[in-house]
Amino acid sequence: MVAALNRALRDALRTDDRVLVYGEDVGRSGGVFRVTEGLQAEFGDRRVFDTPISEAGIAGAAVGLAFAGWRSVVEMQFDAFSYPALEQIIDHVAKMRERTRGRVAMPITIRMPAFGGIKGKEHHGESPETYYVHTAGLKVVTPSTPDDAYRLLRLAIADPDPVIVLEPKARYWVKGEVAYDVDGPGIGEAAVVREGDVATIFTYGSMVSRCLDVADALEGEDVRVRVVDLRTLSPLDTGTIARCVRETGRAVVVHEAPRTLGLGAEVAARIVEEAFDFLEAPVRRVTGYDVPYPPAALEHHYLPSVERIAGAVREVVAY
Amino acid sequence: MLSTSDAGNSRGIRVASEPDLRRGSEPVRVLAPDGTAVGDTDVGLGPDELRAALRWMLLARRLDRECIALQRQGELTVYPGFEGQEAAQVGSAMALGADDFVFPTFRELAAALVRGVDPVRYLAYHRGTWHGGPYDPRATRFGPICIPVATQIVHGVGYAMGLSLDGTRACSLVYFGDGATSEGDFHEGANLAGVFAAPVVLFCQNNGWAISVPTERQTAGEIHERARGYGFPGVRIDGNDVLAVYRATREAAERAYAGEGATLIEALTYRIGAHSTADDPGRYRDDAEVVAARANDPIERFRRWLEAEGVVDDATLAAWDREIEDEVLAIREGVVAQPPPPTEWMFDWTYADPPEELAAQRSEVLGG
Repeated sequence: MVAALNRALRDALRTDDRVLVYGEDVGRSGGVFRVTEGLQAEFGDRRVFDTPISEAGIAGAAVGLAFAGWRSVVEMQFDAFSYPALEQIIDHVAKMRERTRGRVAMPITIRMPAFGGIKGKEHHGESPETYYVHTAGLKVVTPSTPDDAYRLLRLAIADPDPVIVLEPKARYWVKGEVAYDVDGPGIGEAAVVREGDVATIFTYGSMVSRCLDVADALEGEDVRVRVVDLRTLSPLDTGTIARCVRETGRAVVVHEAPRTLGLGAEVAARIVEEAFDFLEAPVRRVTGYDVPYPPAALEHHYLPSVERIAGAVREVVAY
Repeated sequence: MLSTSDAGNSRGIRVASEPDLRRGSEPVRVLAPDGTAVGDTDVGLGPDELRAALRWMLLARRLDRECIALQRQGELTVYPGFEGQEAAQVGSAMALGADDFVFPTFRELAAALVRGVDPVRYLAYHRGTWHGGPYDPRATRFGPICIPVATQIVHGVGYAMGLSLDGTRACSLVYFGDGATSEGDFHEGANLAGVFAAPVVLFCQNNGWAISVPTERQTAGEIHERARGYGFPGVRIDGNDVLAVYRATREAAERAYAGEGATLIEALTYRIGAHSTADDPGRYRDDAEVVAARANDPIERFRRWLEAEGVVDDATLAAWDREIEDEVLAIREGVVAQPPPPTEWMFDWTYADPPEELAAQRSEVLGG
């Protein structure tokens, strides 16, 4: 996936000479996860550059650069390190189009490694999506495969509005075929990644592959569960969510983020609003717990496991 | 003028005393508070421009007072006055070139006037009909009114970085107050400006007060001295001396154009009025301090010098009074005639292409 993201950045830099890539350690070093490797050598240190350790500065500079007609693709080195930039992102990046009645757009892409699962130190395994999804004016995407990582990042950079790209760090080293094109589902469209008819698992990011494992395991029990990769957390693809519930009658939402006001709450609410009459069981959420992300040694108790997810699916099927 | 603590570096209770030019180093000055020249008055402004500067200051003050009246009459929402800061704003705004870009706070109506922003559209903000950018920031080269303290500093620096990348011979100027220098964004913006040699003028209007907290409780140091730590020059000027303000800003802009990077200007001035119409400075500030500040009025200082130099006379001033009265009346009429915005505006610019869910919410409000 790292190579696909790298290629997306390279192709965007080639395609549009107003695209800039900057952040902490993204230039000479190529980024702590090597996503920006080689870009400075190819495009020079004016278009790909290192910044001071200054997340609010990075996000705020992107706003000023947008006033000057530049399209910034910035990196927040880790999920939790994006928090100093929240004021700039919420007050200005997200609102400038609206504040200026459409006269000044903010075509800014904010990339960050997100979620846990790599036995990282504290502050390196956060799921910050709700903060961004709850902020009007932002779009939030998260890929689950190298192919979609390329597509979503290219689409994010080309988007006229600011897009937060949450890159599942546990999936950075996953290999897969990449089409290197932007055809296929766009921003705002969920994808059915596995067909099934008795229940639908709605998930995203690092949890997609685990939910596919669950679907494999349950097939042996003759339980054919559908898996939907939401891909875009804002705007949510309500149409696909409702259709899948109408077709399968049962829903389980899976994410790493803490349960309370996690994305599962919104998905469940939309299911109730749009497909209540088709529900044959209550919607179940399998999520992280309402605690700070735990130390590496406890991580496996926190993250939704195959067993927990499969248990929830069995439960809604048996309801 | 300015802060009147009982001792220069007191951390104790403030006691009003003689007018004092703030603890610390003497600011650069061209005109003394009584209007006599104490420096080289040839700052590059000809007689017409000098007259224009005074006229802008007079118009700004008259309009500022009108805005406070409009708020009292229920025609504007909370309004932040700037009386006492006319020289700092007019002098700096006049020093910029047509291609330069200003990032303001919420207290720069005088600068907006000078930069050609339509005051009626500007005041739509305080009318409550739209947010920070009711005028066109790109066309006017005047950024949206910015409420979150110090955040606009980083925007100005980013904009200046963009000018460098484009090789454009221009700069940005960011206004902020003494209180903003306590924010992290001041540091992050200034540091980026230094590292990237951004063509930006960081213009601090140190007006002595951040709502109820005096400058000496914002920082134990001198604001202009911080520039050294960021690797660019800082200068402390008398912000009530329009000639000193003009010259310092012009020099900073020229440095920026020449590729020499950022400059921090600390302009000492004074907020004669309240923080806003919702504020009562009597709760935290001694009236004697305000009396002293009024005796150090930036407009009076400049007018006296211009009269002594024969650049303006009573007849001109009387004619301006009548013109300004008419202009302010026209602005007032324009402001009160502004209808509330159409409801759909609430939805129309959140995204370039509103998502389905938002379109549904729009229909919910508008019907159909």
